[in-house]
Amino acid sequence: MTLHLQQISKSYGPAAALRDVTFTAMPGQVHALLGENGAGKSTLMHIAYGMLRPDSGTINGKNGFDSPRAARAAGIGMVHQHFTSIAALTVAENIALTAGWCETGAAAVTRAALIVEQLGLPLPVSRHAENLSVQLRQRLEIVKALASDARTLLLDEPTAVLAPREVAELLEFLRVFAARGGTVVLITHKLDEVFRAADRVTVLRRGEVTLSDTLDLQTPRSLSRAMIGADIPAPGRTVGPRGKVLVRADQLILYGASSSPASFEIHAGEIVGVAAIDGNGQRELLRTIAGVDGVGITSGTLTVAAPVAFIPEDRTSEGMIGPFTLAENLLLGTLPRGASWIDWRAIHGQTETLLRTHDVRAAGSGALAESLSGGNQQKFVLARALAGNPQVIVAENPTRGLDLLATQSVHQALRDAAQRGAAVVVHSSDLDEVLEIADRLFVVARHEVTELPTNTSRDVVGDAMLAVATPR
Amino acid sequence: MTVSTRQGELRRDISQAIGAFVVGMALLALFLLVAGFDVPASLTALWHGAFGSWYEFTSATLVRATPLIILGLAFTLGAKAGMLNIGMEGQFAAGAIAATWAGLQIGNAPPLIGVTITLVAAGLAGAVFVSIPTLLRARFGVTEVISTLLLNFVGAALVSWMVTGPLQEPTRSYPQSSAIGMAARLPHLGAGSRLHAGFLFAVFLALLLFILLNVTSWGFRIRAVGAGPRAAAIIGRMPVAGIGAWALLWSGALAGVGGGVEISGVSYALYQNLSPGYGFTAIAVALLGRLRPGLVLVSAILFGALEAGAAAMQRDAAVPAVAVQVVEAVVILVMLLSMRRRA
Amino acid sequence: MSDPILPVAFAAAAVRVGTPLALAAIGETVTEKSGVINLGIEGAMLAGAFGGAAGAFHGGLAVGVVAGTVAGLIVATLFAIMAIGARADQVIAGTAITLGVTGLTGLLAQQVWGSAGAGLSLPTFPAWPLPVLEAAPFIGPVFFRQSPLTYACYLLIPATAWLLFHTRLGLEIRASGESSASAAAAGVAVGRTRTLATLFGGACAGLAGASLVLAQVGTFTERMTGGRGFIAIAIVALGRWHPWGVAIASLVFGGATALQYIFQASGTVIPYQLFIAMPYLLALAALGVAVGRHRGPAGLGRPH
Repeated sequence: MTLHLQQISKSYGPAAALRDVTFTAMPGQVHALLGENGAGKSTLMHIAYGMLRPDSGTINGKNGFDSPRAARAAGIGMVHQHFTSIAALTVAENIALTAGWCETGAAAVTRAALIVEQLGLPLPVSRHAENLSVQLRQRLEIVKALASDARTLLLDEPTAVLAPREVAELLEFLRVFAARGGTVVLITHKLDEVFRAADRVTVLRRGEVTLSDTLDLQTPRSLSRAMIGADIPAPGRTVGPRGKVLVRADQLILYGASSSPASFEIHAGEIVGVAAIDGNGQRELLRTIAGVDGVGITSGTLTVAAPVAFIPEDRTSEGMIGPFTLAENLLLGTLPRGASWIDWRAIHGQTETLLRTHDVRAAGSGALAESLSGGNQQKFVLARALAGNPQVIVAENPTRGLDLLATQSVHQALRDAAQRGAAVVVHSSDLDEVLEIADRLFVVARHEVTELPTNTSRDVVGDAMLAVATPR
Repeated sequence: MTVSTRQGELRRDISQAIGAFVVGMALLALFLLVAGFDVPASLTALWHGAFGSWYEFTSATLVRATPLIILGLAFTLGAKAGMLNIGMEGQFAAGAIAATWAGLQIGNAPPLIGVTITLVAAGLAGAVFVSIPTLLRARFGVTEVISTLLLNFVGAALVSWMVTGPLQEPTRSYPQSSAIGMAARLPHLGAGSRLHAGFLFAVFLALLLFILLNVTSWGFRIRAVGAGPRAAAIIGRMPVAGIGAWALLWSGALAGVGGGVEISGVSYALYQNLSPGYGFTAIAVALLGRLRPGLVLVSAILFGALEAGAAAMQRDAAVPAVAVQVVEAVVILVMLLSMRRRA
Repeated sequence: MSDPILPVAFAAAAVRVGTPLALAAIGETVTEKSGVINLGIEGAMLAGAFGGAAGAFHGGLAVGVVAGTVAGLIVATLFAIMAIGARADQVIAGTAITLGVTGLTGLLAQQVWGSAGAGLSLPTFPAWPLPVLEAAPFIGPVFFRQSPLTYACYLLIPATAWLLFHTRLGLEIRASGESSASAAAAGVAVGRTRTLATLFGGACAGLAGASLVLAQVGTFTERMTGGRGFIAIAIVALGRWHPWGVAIASLVFGGATALQYIFQASGTVIPYQLFIAMPYLLALAALGVAVGRHRGPAGLGRPH
């Protein structure tokens, strides 16, 4: 089935998310939808799937779908960026729920077993979704999308949580699905996936189509130009002077006897990149080094030089308090222990200085944190972390959700901090980002820490991340 | 209405509070009309009971406002830390029992010391009473909402037992205690007035809480834990559960003090229905005051007027006093509707 | 308890007293399964008691039952508008609605029955012994010589279990309660589902209030539910959000409440207030035990 979106526009308030976007995906093809964060890819597909109504434009000649249910009835299935299966329900119940079956209980299990068999995507149908591995949960998302005989499959960055080998399996499945006459739209911001899987590509930039063509006429450079608008110069790699040891782990075990002990040292001036698939223990490792969240050390020792700054993954809930002013948010990170009076005038002064020196766009130190854009929030979180001249900086996905320029500025800030003599530990779910920024590379898989040389090939790193990631 | 600064918030809070109160009164009038009461007569009685004269204003309205101020502050303190103390009615009762007991023991102590001991006993009792929900939450993760709520009924049973058992007056013919000693009583403000020093104490508490919440690290931690528990733990490195528990304990202690002030300043003895639901009214008071100590003070006086007026309405127009609970409910609901827009 | 009749009388009283609790708790189970915690069921129950009394006063028992249920439904509708429609804080909205209903029923009772309301005496359901079953030893007199409203409760328990775990609607209710976002992504109309579940809970609470008046007390007084709605919420947690568990927990609470009748009658030295406080203390203990081991629906109390 052809999916034809004609002149779609959508605005949120004064900001236009999509402007006159026309997009056609044909049966038998994998169509990559490429763009930066915030370019409008997800919005476009949410419209195609009936989750949003367009302000104007048509879908297959009509005004768009009223609901996902209507889209599914028209043969469209969608795999969302975040898992939408419900942890406390079984695989079969999750499928039944999405596919709109009337069967429940044993009848649903039987029907679900048949479906996964037909699709060639094996799943333990009577197990609860919370007990599945990340790859199987992803597979469940695809089965849910296809369970009601969808012939058009929309996938929103499905590879973000997968290891390279799992990505390859997924892309292979999409090729086969298309070869059998299905229509696939693959949202991604990774160029290599486009070249590996797609027949056609459409690039969105700031809500407008900048390129739409068959893939064979494209090069990585032509696509990245269409995405970003101009070539972005690769930042100069500055390896700081390797100084004294600031983090030392000796026979460290965090999770009980099942993992082998880790010993490592991190020096001043180094950026350690941590590569891992979600749920393998990298979060606990980082948070233990940062001294937050109270992860227990089972055995061994960990010595971390103070002060330590931590940049949590979720800036809106963990990094700052939305209904607090920026001054209050600064105090949150700098409040001394014990009882004291608060000199608000001084704190507002410090905040204003911080906003100026780190180029945070805000209405002043009295602005509420939630009124800032995501990029400015992250700049503020980073500025606050660096303000205390920390010896050790621990950052989790510090660029999630940021556009390219904001990402560059976060990377630069971390490099500068290392240059000044801090030890920096960064994890990103995006392996490419880890490889780009790291002076040293740690892989955490199944709660075990391994160090690899930074010139290790991407695939080998991927295998290291995965080798122990799938439950055996 | 979008607000991006604190000054904007204050203006918005005040205008919304006024709106909520007006809607509540309008609906009360409507209900009275539908239920077939004489609306003008009822509302006139209400007005006279609350603001008819200086005597009414001080001896009826402000006297009733006093426990509402203290309990409203108690709810505010808990809610600022993200703890909803719905059990102030029970802590009020516990405080009243302890104050009565202390007031009966005191004898000839100097007045200032006598009153202090009485109120401290009341505060301790309130804290002990709320320590059960605090513990249940810390140890078992039981939400404080339901546990504090359930303890209200235990508090009522406790008072009922006290006035028919251990604290009953010596002749054992009335379900009430003897009057507490003179040393345990709060002095009246002016001859012939029922307004007592507890009102000034309540105003002082409002000022104190304002200062604590806004310019001390203690108050900042409480606000941070309530507004962003994850960020407070991770960026502020605060013991979130401990600070929440601490705030809940102090909230209970304040509510207990509220009961103590009522014994020490108004009733001088323990009765079965000492509180006409102050513990619940105070929730409306605190929400109408948008959890700001200064506004809580004003809204408590407003509700004190309503309570005083309700008594007059029952006396002069035969409208059951519980009717004002309709206003309270409406005020809470309207405030909720305006507060959610914050998110 | 040397008297052999006493255990039977006590158990029968536990069932009778537990009936309103079970009715309210089963309704609240469905509501909470959908992700909504309704502290307003105390108010819905009180409204049901008032409706039941007013209905029975004017039109007999059957009218009372219907009126009570409808009254509970109305209160739940108001709560649904606030908590689901307007996404207000569920806990405070529920508390406020209970507060408002307390005032309103006080006002209306005064209007309907005047100040003589205290002496109001209403017809109550007699026990309907079920043929054959009532003859069973112990079980017969305990479970099968009860009012028709208790039998309605017996039917409601398996019906609710079937609804929740064996129907499409039940699956949608559970999905809405676990993760409203995921349920919505699957095409469930979360708002509608939660509203339905809340209205069901309100109707059950209304019926519970009516049963309190029409099968137990025989009169209406201000604030007469006395926190039974709140206890029902504790029962739901103790019953692990499952209709059968809730039924058993209700029986336990019925027993705790029935204790006071026995001990008041027997004239012990223990103050009777202890027995009045017993169900609330038991509810507290139950929450400690139940919540510690089993978490409720993951999305409970969170607006969609």
